[in-house]
Amino acid sequence: MRTTLRRGLALAVTVALALLVLLRAELAFALEAALLEGLASEEASEKGEAIGRLATSGDPAALGVLSALQEGTLRVTPEGRFVIREGRAFKDALTGAALDAEPDEAEKITINNRLRAQVESAIAALRIFSPDARQRLEAARGIEPGADTLPLLSKALAAETDPKVKGVLVNAEALARLRGGDLAQKLAALDTLAGSTDPKVRVQLQELAQSPEAGATESEDQLKLRTAATEAVSAIERRIAMYDIAGRLFTGVSLGSILLLVALGLAITYGLLGVINMAHGEMLMIGAYATYATQQVFRTHFPGSLDWYLVCAVPVSFAIAAVIGMLLERTVIRWLYGRPLETLLATWGISLFLIQLVRQIFGAQNVEVANPSWMSGGIELTSLVLPYNRIVIIGFSAFVLLLVWLMLTRTRLGLFIRGVTQNRTMASCVGVPTGRVDLMAFGLGSGIGGLAGCALSQIGNVGPDLGQSYIIDSFMVVVLGGVGQLLGTVYAALGLGVVSKFLEPYIGAVPTKILVLVLIIAFIQKRPQGLFALKGRAVEA
Amino acid sequence: MSTAHFTIPGQEPLFSGKGWAALAAFVIATAVLVPVLFLAVPESSPLHLSAYFVTLIGKIMCYCVVAVAMNLIWGYTGILSLGHGLFFALGGYAFGMYLMRMIGREGQYQSDLPDFMVFLDWKAYPWYWSFTDQFWYSALLVVLVPGLLAFAFGFFAFRSRIKGVYFSIITQALTFAFMLLFFRNDTGFGGNNGFTDFKRILGFRIADPGTRAVLFALTGLYLAGCLVLTRALIRSKYGRVLTAIRDSETRLMFSGYNPLWYKLSIWTLSAVLCGIAGALYVPQVGIINPSEMSPANSIEIAIWVAVGGRGTLLGPLLGAGIVNGAKSFFTQSFPEYWLFFLGILFVVVTLFLPKGVAGWIAARKAGGKA
Repeated sequence: MRTTLRRGLALAVTVALALLVLLRAELAFALEAALLEGLASEEASEKGEAIGRLATSGDPAALGVLSALQEGTLRVTPEGRFVIREGRAFKDALTGAALDAEPDEAEKITINNRLRAQVESAIAALRIFSPDARQRLEAARGIEPGADTLPLLSKALAAETDPKVKGVLVNAEALARLRGGDLAQKLAALDTLAGSTDPKVRVQLQELAQSPEAGATESEDQLKLRTAATEAVSAIERRIAMYDIAGRLFTGVSLGSILLLVALGLAITYGLLGVINMAHGEMLMIGAYATYATQQVFRTHFPGSLDWYLVCAVPVSFAIAAVIGMLLERTVIRWLYGRPLETLLATWGISLFLIQLVRQIFGAQNVEVANPSWMSGGIELTSLVLPYNRIVIIGFSAFVLLLVWLMLTRTRLGLFIRGVTQNRTMASCVGVPTGRVDLMAFGLGSGIGGLAGCALSQIGNVGPDLGQSYIIDSFMVVVLGGVGQLLGTVYAALGLGVVSKFLEPYIGAVPTKILVLVLIIAFIQKRPQGLFALKGRAVEA
Repeated sequence: MSTAHFTIPGQEPLFSGKGWAALAAFVIATAVLVPVLFLAVPESSPLHLSAYFVTLIGKIMCYCVVAVAMNLIWGYTGILSLGHGLFFALGGYAFGMYLMRMIGREGQYQSDLPDFMVFLDWKAYPWYWSFTDQFWYSALLVVLVPGLLAFAFGFFAFRSRIKGVYFSIITQALTFAFMLLFFRNDTGFGGNNGFTDFKRILGFRIADPGTRAVLFALTGLYLAGCLVLTRALIRSKYGRVLTAIRDSETRLMFSGYNPLWYKLSIWTLSAVLCGIAGALYVPQVGIINPSEMSPANSIEIAIWVAVGGRGTLLGPLLGAGIVNGAKSFFTQSFPEYWLFFLGILFVVVTLFLPKGVAGWIAARKAGGKA
């Protein structure tokens, strides 16, 4: 009875409104009066229904009414007219038209806490019409798809222009149809959903795709629906698997580029001097702390250009690490040439010393190095997010690699370094100042370590132990890559990165490390000199 | 070294008269004197040794054995291992399993399982814990686990002629990987906390002074045994081949020797000696956890040997004593300067004392005579 009555009333009001439309221009924003009916009722349940109707109406003007209700500025006159108070002025809630005078005996509409919560969620849903795309996206994700929200979603979808929000809405609308529509609609919805990658959607569809319980009969429609759902699930799973592989490839390349940055300097010094610099990890740490110091200087002196501190930190971290490296070469490592095992121990001692030194200066706690704003966030490809800082680091290590390659192949120093690496005695005989080359190469290797530290400060914690966590992996890169060839280091770093990231999801991080070590040892059985051995008579001393 | 007398292998006496006397004195001191001073002398007497002292010396003697084992492989054979901490810890863990089983229901949860397993909600021992409640089986594991691991790893490493710094950093990666593995709770060895709270060993209470004294005496005897073994090995023909590997492996190969089995056997023996030292260490110190496997610990072992003097019989003992004594002193009095000291020690020893303290003393003596 009540619904027929309400419908009749609604019809009457619509007709009246239609008449009004002819009269007043601002009625473009008008609200159907029927939507508001019940809002003034004494019964909380009737108010609740009205709020629900407003929420699903998808009408932009409904947002105004609900906000007014929330703020307590919605009034109703005894004759059932809704007005909103705005400061001293009043306007009609239905038409949005300003009123000349305060209506008589207008009563405030009060709501209890339960209704308040309902209003809040209704407002959140109606944000889907907000002019701000980010708010719309949030709203679209927040709406629970169902038969009752279908009109709202359809309306929003029709109006949506932003591709990202639209993508979310398409899925949500299809899910809503799937729950509330008839068979044809459901099948169409399944077709749409098959293109999704959302795990939530997959769970929903998996429920639908389940075989009926034994003994239960299945109608033809149900069977059709179930087959369609099964197909959609497998399509989704294929797509998720594809994104998964792409994601792992990305993290693998990202890890590989970091390993490359860390190992590049190590490979140069190892190739040249035949010594493993155990303090190389501390060069990373020094680079990261140099970045931190640069950031602090920018913070206090040039807060306006704080976003660009990183650009300045790159040469600073290179220079500081290079100078410290050259200092070490002159004071300690130079005296140990020809005794590689002792050099290993001495450089380990240096690394302990440097760690403790940094602890005394900067404290044992991690320091905070912030990403510049242009490096936060990432590219979102539906379920796959590629963070900008990782992308920048991949690009950065490619850039450093290019510079090192140019330096080694196009400059005089590079020529000398290659010559001494191949045959120290012969190079010395033809007049290469091997002592100076050692010094410069050590500085170069340490400086690249500093650059790596600068890059690492953007993705991880910066603390005195920073270098220790990367050094063993980078040794493995050097062992695998072989000596004297940049290419070997590149392949080894990327290979280790990608292989680790592909193994990790199956067997876990720690077994991956062990397995990778076993693989390296197995590999060395075949190629004791690494991936790319020097050809010719480079006999070991 | 030009004046050194080269004797025929096996003809040289094992120890000189003085050497035998010193060895006997050491054995009497550790097996009789210290236990008596610790157990029988009343606490009021100035001659009484405290439990702290006995534990500290027992611990350092275990480290001395590790240094002796390291000296065998590095000092005499020239192979720098950065993974000896792993073999030490594995021996400790193998014996720790037995000690954990012996806690019985005296743990906090009064369960048949160790506390950490109850905590993880495990219902039964994993398969690799079976039979560990038998003393003989655990003792076997103490030898077998480090021995087999060293053998397998060494076989593949030496066969492909990995040597020098390559070998060193691969052993370092090995111990690092094991440390990560043992840090995991799922591995079934107590995760971070490792094994602790031991109660009994062969039915005797571990906290009893008598048990401590026996463990101390055993450690002393074991250390003496290791020294005799080292001496016997080094003066034999086998030992001569080892030093030849150190001095010029290529030349040795051209003389018709295959270094593989020499290297592999001394490497495995060294690992087993370490493992047994670990098994003696755990009941005395009362805890074993994965940080024993950290790469830093293994490198520290190398510096003990370097400080004392590589390739000398007593150098490693000296080095382990000096460095660990200094560590006890620094960590109690100036903890923040310990790493500075250790770091500088690494550099100074390699730069200025390539033959260690023992070599320096020997050079002083030789200089004095001339």
